[in-house]
Amino acid sequence: MTMMTIAEALREGIREEMLRDPRVFCLGEDIGIPGGFGGAFTVTLGLSDQFGHERILDTPISETGIAGVAIGAAMAGLRPIADVQYGDFLFCMMDQLANQAAKMTYMSGGTVSVPMVMRAPVGSTRRGTQHAQSLEAFFTHVPGLKVVAPSTAYDAKGLLKAAVRDDNPVLIFEHKLLYGSKGPRSEKGALSPIGEVPSTDYVVPLGEGIIRRIGTDVTIIGKLTTVYMAMGAAEKLAQEGISAEVIDPRTLVPLDKELILNSVRKTGRLVVVEEDNKTGGWAGDIAATVAEEAFWYLDAPIKRVSAPDTPPPFAPVMEAYYLPSVDKIIAATKSLF
Amino acid sequence: MSEVTFEQKINMYSRMLTIRRFEERCNVLFMQGRIPSTLHLYIGQEAVAVGVCAHLRPTDYVLSTHRPHGHAIAKGVALRDIMAELMAKVTGVSKGKAGSMHVGDIRVGMPPAIGIVGANTPIACGMALAQKRQGRDDVTVSFFGDGAINEGAVHEALNMASIWNLPVVFVCENNLYGASTPFGQVSKLENVADRAKAYGIPGVVADGSDVLAVHAAAGKAIARARRGKGPTLLECKTYRLCGHSRSDPLTYRSKEEETIWREKEPIGRLAQDMKAHGAVTDADLEHIEQEVEATVDEAVAYADASPYPLPEDALRHVFYE
Repeated sequence: MTMMTIAEALREGIREEMLRDPRVFCLGEDIGIPGGFGGAFTVTLGLSDQFGHERILDTPISETGIAGVAIGAAMAGLRPIADVQYGDFLFCMMDQLANQAAKMTYMSGGTVSVPMVMRAPVGSTRRGTQHAQSLEAFFTHVPGLKVVAPSTAYDAKGLLKAAVRDDNPVLIFEHKLLYGSKGPRSEKGALSPIGEVPSTDYVVPLGEGIIRRIGTDVTIIGKLTTVYMAMGAAEKLAQEGISAEVIDPRTLVPLDKELILNSVRKTGRLVVVEEDNKTGGWAGDIAATVAEEAFWYLDAPIKRVSAPDTPPPFAPVMEAYYLPSVDKIIAATKSLF
Repeated sequence: MSEVTFEQKINMYSRMLTIRRFEERCNVLFMQGRIPSTLHLYIGQEAVAVGVCAHLRPTDYVLSTHRPHGHAIAKGVALRDIMAELMAKVTGVSKGKAGSMHVGDIRVGMPPAIGIVGANTPIACGMALAQKRQGRDDVTVSFFGDGAINEGAVHEALNMASIWNLPVVFVCENNLYGASTPFGQVSKLENVADRAKAYGIPGVVADGSDVLAVHAAAGKAIARARRGKGPTLLECKTYRLCGHSRSDPLTYRSKEEETIWREKEPIGRLAQDMKAHGAVTDADLEHIEQEVEATVDEAVAYADASPYPLPEDALRHVFYE
């Protein structure tokens, strides 16, 4: 066991998978340049020294090309881990992800596999509209893509390893405030989800959520940073006599639906928290699923704590207003009692 | 480049004729309502697929477009598997999940054709990267039309193939129209191949109605890629004798232009060449015709006799099992 940040845990996961399987390689912008940053958030720092520039492949700024190369390499027998510098740039490669990667297996009648991983940093971090969005919901909507959102160092490494070994395209959404990157690449206001990470080989299977805190009165679901907000809210709610159960699905596709339904059947109340815009968001889909399949267990309406339907604002005062928070979760939860 | 043998010519003739007769039959089946959806026919362009694919091995890859029947047949996908797919049968090469626009069979080195214009080019780079990493001397061929050359994906792919010296041959089939839009209206350069200069790779123009010219040019580009010398942009000037799709009445082209190209069409042209050299007689060609017709008949009979998929088969193969 070693204490690690998420950035370090991801790096170790990549290193171990590259050592285990010669087919695994990384590609992306600024990931292996000598003297460079090791990707925008240091995840690949030092890996080109160990594995060389063929396996830590620096690309031109060509997001469509990066995605296409990852898809083709995966179809032809390699296991690429592609790095998109900011999740927002996924929109540049949307055709490759939504029309190509996601549909290749289907179009082939199940004969072609696309075992690729795409890592994408998301989340609002004072960068304004185009480097701060939360894009998970866009991709949960595309059949054929698996979607992962780790909130701890342990999960980051285990989910990454599971993603590399999966025979399907997997998008890993990483929150910029959770990396714990050190030095000049660290984020202001970052959380420190430093945790114990085994140095032995392990995976966190895709599709298994986890109960972060056991409770009886209300279920609060969060992902990425909102798991930490939900935990903070649960702590304060406990002081007021409300016992909140906090669920971190860890994988959004495939979703551990039973974990969520069972929790709601027990607590009778649900609050879903996410950083994404409210309309068409992931929280709405969780709410709809619970309404369809566990409606008669509910004692109160389902609440969503999401960002409003605006782009991520820049000014810190507006950004704080836009983002979910411990206080917003507490207020939403109390309104159910 | 060695001289094309008589046997090679006969093989290419037979392959081109197979594509032509197969698609003519497809057109009839479409009009009879036995092929749902639309069709983008390759009639007139057969020399390109056949001249290029004559150099390929099963371990080489071919990536295609919304107009893939010719590439599939030239790469060796079985006619019956294609026909069953077009007729939406469960025995189709993709079990009825592809249809005309996504025909392909990975077992012979052709993944499902990609119906988004230009989108196969970066994927071709990835496949070629894998071939190179695996120490194979195989190549990947990306076919696309003149319309694709103004897609950003193509330029990202040309650049990546160039900087990484990838074994890709980009084959642009310039049939002079992107759907109904004349090429001259969307490009100031007359030749697509001239754009290769921007990426520091060879750009070559070939007569796409002459299978021997395509064969010679493709042979050089493919051999170069196999030797690890990197990509080539090969432009084949050609013409589709049919509309863009089955709903295209061809009101944007002149009859005079069509007549000129009809006289240049590749199958008759190769027949003339072989007859002029005394290599074949009309009787020989008639014999090939009958053989080809029989293989097309067999494919249609196989597809006809095959069942449709179950409706709930729609739920399978979203993920790799």
